[in-house]
Amino acid sequence: MSSFAASKPVSLPVRRDVPAVEVRNLRKEFRRRDRRAGRFARRRMPALSDITFTIKRGECVAILGQNGSGKSTLVRLLSTLLINDGGEARIFGHDAFRDTRAIRQLVNRVSVEASFFKKMSASENLSYAARFYGMPPSKTRTEIPRILEAVGFPADRRRESMENLSRGMQQKVALARALLTSPVLLLLDEPTTGLDPRSKLEVQEFIREVRATHDATILLCTHDMAEAEALADRVGLLDRGELLFLEPVEDVKRRYGVETLEQAFFAATGRAFEEEAHEDDEYREVFG
Amino acid sequence: MTAIGATLRQELIGLGGIVERNVYLTKRYLLWDIAFMVWTIANTLTIVFIARAVHLSPAQENELATKLLVGAVIWAFLGIIFEFVTETVAWERWEGTIEYTFMAPLSRTTHLFGMGAYAVLYGLIRATILFFAVALFIGIHLPNANFGAALALLGIASISFIGIGMMTSVLPLVSPEKGAQLGFVAQGMMLAVSGVYYPVSVMPEWMQSIAKISPATYALRGDRASIVDGAGLAWADVWPLLVIAVVAIPLGLGIFKRGERYAKKHGKLKRSG
Repeated sequence: MSSFAASKPVSLPVRRDVPAVEVRNLRKEFRRRDRRAGRFARRRMPALSDITFTIKRGECVAILGQNGSGKSTLVRLLSTLLINDGGEARIFGHDAFRDTRAIRQLVNRVSVEASFFKKMSASENLSYAARFYGMPPSKTRTEIPRILEAVGFPADRRRESMENLSRGMQQKVALARALLTSPVLLLLDEPTTGLDPRSKLEVQEFIREVRATHDATILLCTHDMAEAEALADRVGLLDRGELLFLEPVEDVKRRYGVETLEQAFFAATGRAFEEEAHEDDEYREVFG
Repeated sequence: MTAIGATLRQELIGLGGIVERNVYLTKRYLLWDIAFMVWTIANTLTIVFIARAVHLSPAQENELATKLLVGAVIWAFLGIIFEFVTETVAWERWEGTIEYTFMAPLSRTTHLFGMGAYAVLYGLIRATILFFAVALFIGIHLPNANFGAALALLGIASISFIGIGMMTSVLPLVSPEKGAQLGFVAQGMMLAVSGVYYPVSVMPEWMQSIAKISPATYALRGDRASIVDGAGLAWADVWPLLVIAVVAIPLGLGIFKRGERYAKKHGKLKRSG
């Protein structure tokens, strides 16, 4: 597999004397229709309640949580796609809600949906994304084939429409899109959800490779406990908008006197991890 | 390179990226575009044939047909600009790419201008094809036409059109389900008060007052004078367009940025529908 390290970052305002991510009492709530209280009634649903944590440079942190726990809201807040209702978040010392241009240079993201222009090819989609980060055609001509090769995307399919590619292939292109801009903070929001076992293992292998060869800090949001345990230095549990813990897996197990993260979740919340989401969790979901 | 120089370079590359993406998409949807062009030509014919039905002398009939054609072409041109700029949000939301675009380090000004620049280019090509296709079909004679002046005026008017398009492009951010359609309401209202198929003087006083602040009024008046009478670029049409542009562009950007903030505050940036 080719290395990701050759990817040249655009000039990035990265401070080395501060943590990669500092989140203090971060709060976000949404107003949602309350069908139970009447036709026009609305209520405020806390999506994140006073979240506090830090991530060191180069660290990989996994945040576990069920659907509606607030994982995607956290990722969107850190990637300047949502505005907070309280607290603060800093990325390499930059205020995530005020210094958005600097943050956008530093951060990129892979989400559960690959999200591409379906009629355009992998190369065209990547070149469109790269332009926004100041990469001219002279650079993308060499960088796009290189990064696609690095993620194991077949060279003969680069010019094929995205709509003809499998979910696994699309997710590889999504990973290539995020790595192409050399982010120093990579936000991975359920990157392997819905993938077949082989594609899932490949994507997990890419994440390890990125950590080994690229100066990136990774925040991985997932509901796959095995994935979190395998990839992350520390694991956090986000439950109904509250961060219950964030520490190395062994410390979590010791704290609750359990053998597995599933058991730790049960000990911390009184519910099984596989349990169906409560109706309130649906209200807490950011985007329907 | 200085920080300002580097930022400017990055913005220009980003602007080029938006134009490049639209070129890719136009190529991919070329057959659909041709089908849409056929529909636009048919629609324009239904309007221009009215000149044949009113039993005028051949010269008067030719003049009326030309005036109707100019109105229909500008309607179509404006439709393309509004469609492209409004789709800045609607299309990306549909494809699911909106969050990636909005989290990229590109200013919204460059983003919207990129969409507007491609819309003007694409709209001018379509408007030219539409104009000559219908003129040939109906048999309109244009012995005095000053096409250069007509095209230049349309180009100047485009700046204001982009500004107004920016204002309407915020609607899908506020209402993901119906916002895009409301953009067409704005387009229709603007043309209704601007004398699209009739002189502004036939409208009620209050509508004539609104016509004075519509850029389409000056584009229609100037282009009709250039095509029918061969008039050059008239300052009386140019300066109001420049004044409206100076107001419309910052206003459009300001409104869009407020809409973007609202969407980010309430979690409406990404939603299907």
